[in-house]
Amino acid sequence: MALSNVLETPPSGFNFENVLRNVALEGLLEGAHNKAPKPMKTGTTIAGVVCKDGVVLGADTRATSGEVVADKMCAKIHYIAPNIYCCGAGTAADTEKTTDLLSSNLTIFSMDSGRNPRVVMAANILQDMLFRYRGQIGAHLILGGVDCTGSHLYTVGPYGDIDKVPYLAMGSGDLAALGILEDRFKTNMELEEAKELVRDAIHCGIMSDLGSGNNIDICVITKQGVDYIRPYQESEFKYKRQRRYKYNPGTTPILTEKIVPLKMEVVQETVQRMDTA
Amino acid sequence: MDRHYMDSQIKGVSTGTTILAVTFNGGVIIGSDSRASMGGSYVSSKTINKLIQVHDRIFCCISGSLADAQAVTKTAKFQISLHSIQMDSPPLVKAAASILKELCYNNKEELQAGFITAGWDKKKGPQVYTVALGGMLLNLPFAIGGSGSTYIYGYTDAKFKPDMSREECLQFATNALALAMGRDNVSGGVAHLVVITEGGVEHVVIPGDKLPKFNDE
Repeated sequence: MALSNVLETPPSGFNFENVLRNVALEGLLEGAHNKAPKPMKTGTTIAGVVCKDGVVLGADTRATSGEVVADKMCAKIHYIAPNIYCCGAGTAADTEKTTDLLSSNLTIFSMDSGRNPRVVMAANILQDMLFRYRGQIGAHLILGGVDCTGSHLYTVGPYGDIDKVPYLAMGSGDLAALGILEDRFKTNMELEEAKELVRDAIHCGIMSDLGSGNNIDICVITKQGVDYIRPYQESEFKYKRQRRYKYNPGTTPILTEKIVPLKMEVVQETVQRMDTA
Repeated sequence: MDRHYMDSQIKGVSTGTTILAVTFNGGVIIGSDSRASMGGSYVSSKTINKLIQVHDRIFCCISGSLADAQAVTKTAKFQISLHSIQMDSPPLVKAAASILKELCYNNKEELQAGFITAGWDKKKGPQVYTVALGGMLLNLPFAIGGSGSTYIYGYTDAKFKPDMSREECLQFATNALALAMGRDNVSGGVAHLVVITEGGVEHVVIPGDKLPKFNDE
């Protein structure tokens, strides 16, 4: 399989051949001391709220791989279009690639049709793609944006179900965040109030869930534009390195030095004329 | 996220639900609850829409896996529109139900969704069709479906009368939904009802606290 890639361009989109290979490998590794590596998950808290003038999205910034924090400043709010952003929970690679694919497709659509993309269209495209892969793509997404029809917030599940909601939280810290949202959400809130509500919801997720933590990112989308505040609030538990890890040049003494020139000879030369006629 | 899937047989969000459709003199009433659950213990939405309009006078209510049901109704909506344009006339309710049935039957291994289609057409007036999980299509005077329907078979069998008036039918449907939502843990929220007649389509929403109460509450 690796060799054939050199000769022909692989088809675009997802390729599930490795799923079969992994299943076979799991069988071989059964009982052995090394198990298959776990995919990086964004054990996460993400939230979104529709307010009077737009949509506020929030997320924590911790990405975990098993019990280890793999990334302390992971960006979970992904760009889809100038007026549409998407928060992703689940498998980090899946959310990244799915939102990237969606963003590319929508840009092409914008250029072809001459129209700005609508949030409902982005949600429908996501639904079609995720349903086709029958839940194999572990992407739990909150899609929010402002278009000519107003401000909208959609949730898209990994099996391809969508729901249009005024507020939502997802990820492993969703129950904690949802408690805050259920208590204090009101329709047509002011922007500042909505930002505080989302911040509080994510903060609650960070405090109550082991998979969420570090900083809080906030993304405010209004008709006027997008304000992506990263980080909106930094964690107070930042670790300061005790020592420097940079060494001055000359720390390691050089004992001997040997220079060997690499002789290269021209094997084949082809000239191709370029015709611009 | 995995903890949510463990108990339920449906992977992902399920509309463990109560849906029904009842014909009356001059029209049909289609109704549902509004709860979507994951794994029998987490309500993922209190306000999900299970009454999908597939054409001007044809509605479809969904049960089972939310993802599968939404995908099927999207495809069916497109095919019904195309059929209607090709025939240059509004589709028959039977045609709409058959399109759903074909999709369910041909993909029965992968799909886990059931539907009740109801509507009005010029040829046969108000009709109700049920499309079960494996793709069985049945024409009935009234139909109930979803996990909550098991609690109201007795009630609906005893209380249904053919050729009811609109008000009687509305009361019958509301009572049936209220009884099912009262006993089934995965049905709840508000009661959505749609009244379809030759003249048009009317939505009635009854919030949970305004539903009729029975002896034990």
